[in-house]
Amino acid sequence: MTTEHASSLRPAAVLAAQRGWWRLLPLVALALLPLVAPPFWRSLTLEVLALAIFAMSLDVLIGYTGLVSFGHAAFLGFGAYAAAFTTERVSENLLVVLPICLASVALYAVVVGFLALRTSGISFLMLTLAFSQMLFGLAIRWSRVTGGSDGLSVARPHIGLGAWQVPLGPDLDLYYLVLAAFAASWWLLSRLVASPFGHTLRGIKENAQRMQALGYRTRRFELAAFVVAAVFAGLAGMLLAMHNRYVSPDTFAWTTSGQGIIMVIVGGAGTLVGPILGALLVHLLESVGSSATESWRLIMGVVFVLFVLFAPKGIIGILRRLRRSKESPRA
Amino acid sequence: MTLDTFVIQLTNGLVFSLLLFLIAAGLSLIFGLMDVVNLSHGAFYLLGAYVGLSITRWTGSFWLALLFSPLLVAVIGLVVERFLLRQLYRRGHLDQVLCTFGVGLILADVMRSVWGSYVESVAIPAPLDGQIVIGGLPFPVYRLAVIVFGLLIALGLWLLIERTLVGAMIRAGVNDAQMASALGINIPRLFALVFAGGTALAALGGVAASPILNIYQGLDSEILILALVVVVIGGLGTLQGAFWASLIVGMADVFGKALLPEFSVFVTYAIMAGVLLVRPQGLFRREQTRLA
Repeated sequence: MTTEHASSLRPAAVLAAQRGWWRLLPLVALALLPLVAPPFWRSLTLEVLALAIFAMSLDVLIGYTGLVSFGHAAFLGFGAYAAAFTTERVSENLLVVLPICLASVALYAVVVGFLALRTSGISFLMLTLAFSQMLFGLAIRWSRVTGGSDGLSVARPHIGLGAWQVPLGPDLDLYYLVLAAFAASWWLLSRLVASPFGHTLRGIKENAQRMQALGYRTRRFELAAFVVAAVFAGLAGMLLAMHNRYVSPDTFAWTTSGQGIIMVIVGGAGTLVGPILGALLVHLLESVGSSATESWRLIMGVVFVLFVLFAPKGIIGILRRLRRSKESPRA
Repeated sequence: MTLDTFVIQLTNGLVFSLLLFLIAAGLSLIFGLMDVVNLSHGAFYLLGAYVGLSITRWTGSFWLALLFSPLLVAVIGLVVERFLLRQLYRRGHLDQVLCTFGVGLILADVMRSVWGSYVESVAIPAPLDGQIVIGGLPFPVYRLAVIVFGLLIALGLWLLIERTLVGAMIRAGVNDAQMASALGINIPRLFALVFAGGTALAALGGVAASPILNIYQGLDSEILILALVVVVIGGLGTLQGAFWASLIVGMADVFGKALLPEFSVFVTYAIMAGVLLVRPQGLFRREQTRLA
């Protein structure tokens, strides 16, 4: 029994180490990319990285906790508007802006999560949708504060510690900031989902009643997951706002939440790599496809429906199936 | 707010409420039977409005549009149910919800390419385009007609569910689809019927609303969200809940816009949040018999 256990442990550990090294390669490539790629592709990559943070955070809810939120854009937009307000009224120092943004998103997420998690399943989906739509309406109507449908401009921040000040100049610095945020988010979230907390979330997804019977206060875990996901979405929103130097109510639109879901489902829910691939695919389709064809939304809708029908586990699911069918004849 | 404007706003609120009811009733019926929130419901509403617009332009008759647009949209609903949703019955309901979201995206883009992104409006049809004066106040006839029409549809739906064999089958399916199936009720056919009926109601709302509200791209999501709020407040899958919640949301929307223009969105959502705090299952939802 023990030997079996040990022998099954070692390859896993080796594999994990290999995988860990393997994971660094794309990051190195991403770090080198702006040195060779033209500005258009650099800016595109930056957007994909920020959207990947958004998609990963949504997957913590959908793929790991089993909470399908249709209003995750609320936190993306909240982070973006918080960045606009803070840079205009408080400080343009990133070390001030970042904590204010994330803390305010977390606070808002506690309130929304508390209300929305009183329900589950489809009611939860509709409630999160309604709350994001509330912010959308507010962003449009309360124009004295939010700039209405014109939106708000966002100043590009600097990093300052006392006398030491680093301006975040043109795109290159911001690119590395986003890349660092992406790497940190990926690392933190992969630690999170591998932790006992992450396993508890998966337990809730599989069978919430059993987890309750085991003594877990599932609602608290769900709320914690909701707030964590919101904070990372807020981070993505803040970064995107700084990149665009602009934030508009469209960030709150339910189609933004829907696009997040498409990224997660098409990439592969319940993994972190999946949403990253999904963000890449959806954003490429949107930015490259929209210049090539009028009907890129139609293509996205058809692709999404096909995935839901035939490959509900997304690209990652397809890759796993391919790998398994390659391995099984030999075994 | 003077009494006169109050009465006029009240009428507008009623009109809007009953239009909302037409849409929310379909959403609620589909949910009650199939446990699926149809996220393409707003798209079916807008499709109904656009198809109605085209029929009105081709034939010159709004009444033909009111009759045929819901029928055409119901056929599309049938196709969606038969070829997409039915493939997903064995998987979770969430896959079906996601599928309807995709269908909504596709429909929205098709509508954009067919009807363009202009704001369209439909003229009020001939015998109803006047005003009548009641107690010194002028009321547009069409709006009063919408109120009567909405109430008639509500009554008709109630009779259909409560007093007919089909209604009894639907109620049985809502309570326990497996048991109903064991008793010889053809559940897939019932699902198809209700899905088509629900989309037809959405389209009917779209045509009836088109002389009052404009038709434009993006209206689909606005309508969907309002209908979702209605069914959340009323309780998913209850017809009665959809009716009373439509009144609440419709009135809150109209009076909110008149009294607190900047925060009118808040009024509706505050009501929703309040209801959820007290009764998370909605105002009218009971544990067992959810419909009617």
